[in-house]
Amino acid sequence: MPMVDALIEIFKLIFSVSFILTVITASTPLLLAASGELMVERAGVLNLGIEGMMIMGAACGFAGAYMSGSTLIGALCGILAGAALSAVFAILTLGLAVNQVAAGLALTILGVGLSGLIGAGFVGEQIVPVPHLQLPVLTDLPFIGRIVFGEDPFVYVSIALIIAIWLFLYRTRTGLVLRAIGDNHASAHALGYPVLRIRLLAVLFGGACAGLAGAYLPLAYTPFFIPGMTSGRGWIALALVVFASWRPARLVIGAYLFGAVSILGLALQPLQLGIPQQVMNMLPYLATVIVLVLISRTRGTAGSAAPASLGLVFVPDR
Amino acid sequence: MQLVLERRAERSTLIAVTSPLIAVALTIVTFSVLFAIMGKNPIEALYIYFIEPLTDPFSLQEIAVKATPLVMIAVGLALCYIANIWNIGAEGQFLVGAVCGSWLAVRTNGTDAGYWVLPAMLILGALGGAIYGLIPALCRVYFGASEILTSLMLVYVASLGMDYMVRGPWRDPQGLNFPTTAAFDPVASVPTLLEGTGRLHAGSIIALVVVMLVAVLLGRTIMGFEIRLVGAAPRAARFSGFSSDRLVLFTFAVSGALAGLAGIIEVAGPIGHLDPGVASGYGFTAIIVAFLGRLNPVGILVAGLFLALTFIGGEGAQISMKVPLDLTKVFQGILLFYVLACDSLIIYRIRLLRTVRKPVHAHG
Amino acid sequence: MKKWNVVAVAALLALAAATFGGAYAADKLKVGFVYVGPIGDLGYTYQHELGRQALQKALNDKVETTFLENVPEGADAERAIEQLARAGNKLIFTTSFGFMDATLKVANKYPNVFFEHATGFKRAKNLATYAARFYEGRYIQGQIAGKMTKSGVIGYIVSFPIPEVISGINATMLGAQSVNPNVKFKIIWVNSWFDPGKEADAAKALIDQGADILTQHTDSPAAMQIAEQRGIRAFGQSSDMIKFGPHAQLTADTDYWGNYYIGRAKLVLEGKWKSDDTWDGLDKGMVVMAPYTNMPDDVKEMAMKTEAAIKSGSLHPFKCPITDQDGKTVECKGGSRLDNGQILSMNWYVKGIDDKVPGK
Repeated sequence: MPMVDALIEIFKLIFSVSFILTVITASTPLLLAASGELMVERAGVLNLGIEGMMIMGAACGFAGAYMSGSTLIGALCGILAGAALSAVFAILTLGLAVNQVAAGLALTILGVGLSGLIGAGFVGEQIVPVPHLQLPVLTDLPFIGRIVFGEDPFVYVSIALIIAIWLFLYRTRTGLVLRAIGDNHASAHALGYPVLRIRLLAVLFGGACAGLAGAYLPLAYTPFFIPGMTSGRGWIALALVVFASWRPARLVIGAYLFGAVSILGLALQPLQLGIPQQVMNMLPYLATVIVLVLISRTRGTAGSAAPASLGLVFVPDR
Repeated sequence: MQLVLERRAERSTLIAVTSPLIAVALTIVTFSVLFAIMGKNPIEALYIYFIEPLTDPFSLQEIAVKATPLVMIAVGLALCYIANIWNIGAEGQFLVGAVCGSWLAVRTNGTDAGYWVLPAMLILGALGGAIYGLIPALCRVYFGASEILTSLMLVYVASLGMDYMVRGPWRDPQGLNFPTTAAFDPVASVPTLLEGTGRLHAGSIIALVVVMLVAVLLGRTIMGFEIRLVGAAPRAARFSGFSSDRLVLFTFAVSGALAGLAGIIEVAGPIGHLDPGVASGYGFTAIIVAFLGRLNPVGILVAGLFLALTFIGGEGAQISMKVPLDLTKVFQGILLFYVLACDSLIIYRIRLLRTVRKPVHAHG
Repeated sequence: MKKWNVVAVAALLALAAATFGGAYAADKLKVGFVYVGPIGDLGYTYQHELGRQALQKALNDKVETTFLENVPEGADAERAIEQLARAGNKLIFTTSFGFMDATLKVANKYPNVFFEHATGFKRAKNLATYAARFYEGRYIQGQIAGKMTKSGVIGYIVSFPIPEVISGINATMLGAQSVNPNVKFKIIWVNSWFDPGKEADAAKALIDQGADILTQHTDSPAAMQIAEQRGIRAFGQSSDMIKFGPHAQLTADTDYWGNYYIGRAKLVLEGKWKSDDTWDGLDKGMVVMAPYTNMPDDVKEMAMKTEAAIKSGSLHPFKCPITDQDGKTVECKGGSRLDNGQILSMNWYVKGIDDKVPGK
């Protein structure tokens, strides 16, 4: 296909309503999970177990929705599952000062295995997916109607969540304390802030978000459960937090960028642009690295933007 | 009343020695309960998981075969992790090493090439892995980009890249256009050690050598000292003039090389050809082995063998007890948790304290 | 005390059962299965598992089956297969192409055990191969799609460019062209046998680009669900996906391995097993079309006629002459149709497909 025609086709594709809708649904689980992890990491804790918590959220979320008939209950089950798993992580890393990287990995294996056991009985079933918003005049508006007013509840929750996180971190005192803890837990402790308690709450919050993100997949995206259906999204969410330099606004951009490039990698294939499909499928990962390198360059050698205490063990002195 | 964690004055050697045993014991107890809940006989299950694989030469060799790539990769990762450099991309380095080494095997396939082929393949594999590992290192050193993210993303790039090669230029001409290279010639294959009885191969010897070399590196060289210092006291390391950039490049290059070496050994040994199925997640399992082995080369050797034992026991359990594979994963996760928890007690102790209002005063 | 009575009775009963059923039980043929995916994939592995269950049910008193799931195709495969052999399984089915070399190696080590490798091509005295002529079902699907499409665009979601997938695409196209010469395909490679999210995304992209019928060579029902949501039609793959697309599914070319497994086990029991290359399709019931639904009666009739014609052998999906993508006539090695070798190693497209075979 000649270059100009190809560009026109790509342009038409990117600005079509259905492409944007698909990108939004693809990006939402990433945004949900990454938002939670952002909070956790700003508090100085590195939880690599997102994939495990997400898949548990998917299994329990589906189980809950299937057995109760309500996607809301399913979502709550997913949230609880994620939070429960993160509680185990919290006991280890906050209670017993265990190395966080190792504990997070253990969490991932445990979560994947447990979700397989729990979900095994539900394979082959399907549920009615969560309904999308339907407002009388607004949803029918051309172009922006469905994009802004016709999404499923998870999308709205994800946007509200990241806004709430931003407000919390930058506009409340507790948020300030949390960030202080993440930057220097020793000083924060010396100042009398309850480091462990705030970290615990952050970890549980992160687990709840990951569980909700996981529950999104079988409740809204593809309304059935298959073991392993998260397909590595937890790891992507982790990468996105880093990509966003731990800042909420950048996180939204990162999540949607990744989602968009992933969909492009698929949707551009039929246009026969002459690029091997493996390269097309590689695009989101390559794009993330390239963009990250470009952003980091502008910061120069000011060092990493990570919270300085990230991943470090904290045991309060007596 | 509350439970608090308190740093011990010095490491408890008692716990240091017994902690793995306590962890295993706790895991066994938890598991017996789980098995009982699932209606399976716990004693039988534990026997099949832990003891049975040790009872015959075939599975003993298989344990070694499974452990070899895990130990090799984990030892390299330990170098990184001790210095708080987070290489999460070992899986990608493994694949690139496999691809680079396989290139030579494919080029010389069917020709009369001599015994130089295999060593050359191994070198190529290590080089390939090292170069691929340097990419995230360079991104961190020159751009300040997080190595966690870059190394992880590059795993996907590597696996898709390998997929492309195997489906295209390197396809076995006799393979009916299936995505696999031709079986490697004998000169391009890692020799087995006990021909006929099992798959134990020379790679395991190489792994043992690697363990020893890295142990020496860590314990007796300046670089090793630097790595350990940077991990334990980063500021002191900086003041001593050690360049953290150099360290990042070094550790990534070495761990990449080891992962790449493991990759080509695995492909040229037990597998015997290159195909997309080669990517089995060893790079990620090795991270677990590294931590189970407490980032110590000898510990990693033990941990790798132990984890391999649980994999093989898990397969046995699937066969004889119809236990699902997921149970093995749950088991490994719980084991890792207990090991980590028990290890923590080496440095800390738990005390019961009466709750007192924490006085707010600055600590020195 | 009561508990011990129960235990004693149970022990006695077990002993009795052992002595009476002992001779029988000791002779039970142990049959092992090695799966590449989870049995819950609702696709390829799931169908093999259903076949195993059928075998167990049909020959329950003579056969004891076991399986290993999620076996990666790397170095672990050889061990998994060998473990089954060492555990006393005398007939072992390895169900994925990637197990080929591993199966061969183990077969050479255990000459007294019978091995069967699905979708492969390496055989030995004790190693047989078997596969299903999926392309027969695809041809029928192609015809249905050709008749039912209004936009003239058919969406195809595919996993990896192996010959089986390519021959599936070609067969679908040939079937479609036989009733609708100008039909077009839009193809998306998702690089996975199942990744429900990606398959759903691919389905949406294809629909947005004008496809009004979807077909797939991936394992999850995600695309079918999207089709149902968007009110278009789709074909299920490997298993009957009507549950996920009650108004969407036209049919599905399901693999049915049960008869084959029962047949082969019986041969072992009778001592008549020998290495073979079985490649059966609709005629022997290895490929079974799910009921034709959601289509007008005339289309259904056409489909059933085609099915009958393929079963009887009077119609072959790859009947010559066939023109390839570049306009050249393909050499016809099987007389009036392509021969098995050509179909098994297919890595070229027929005329009318706008895609490049990846990796060529």
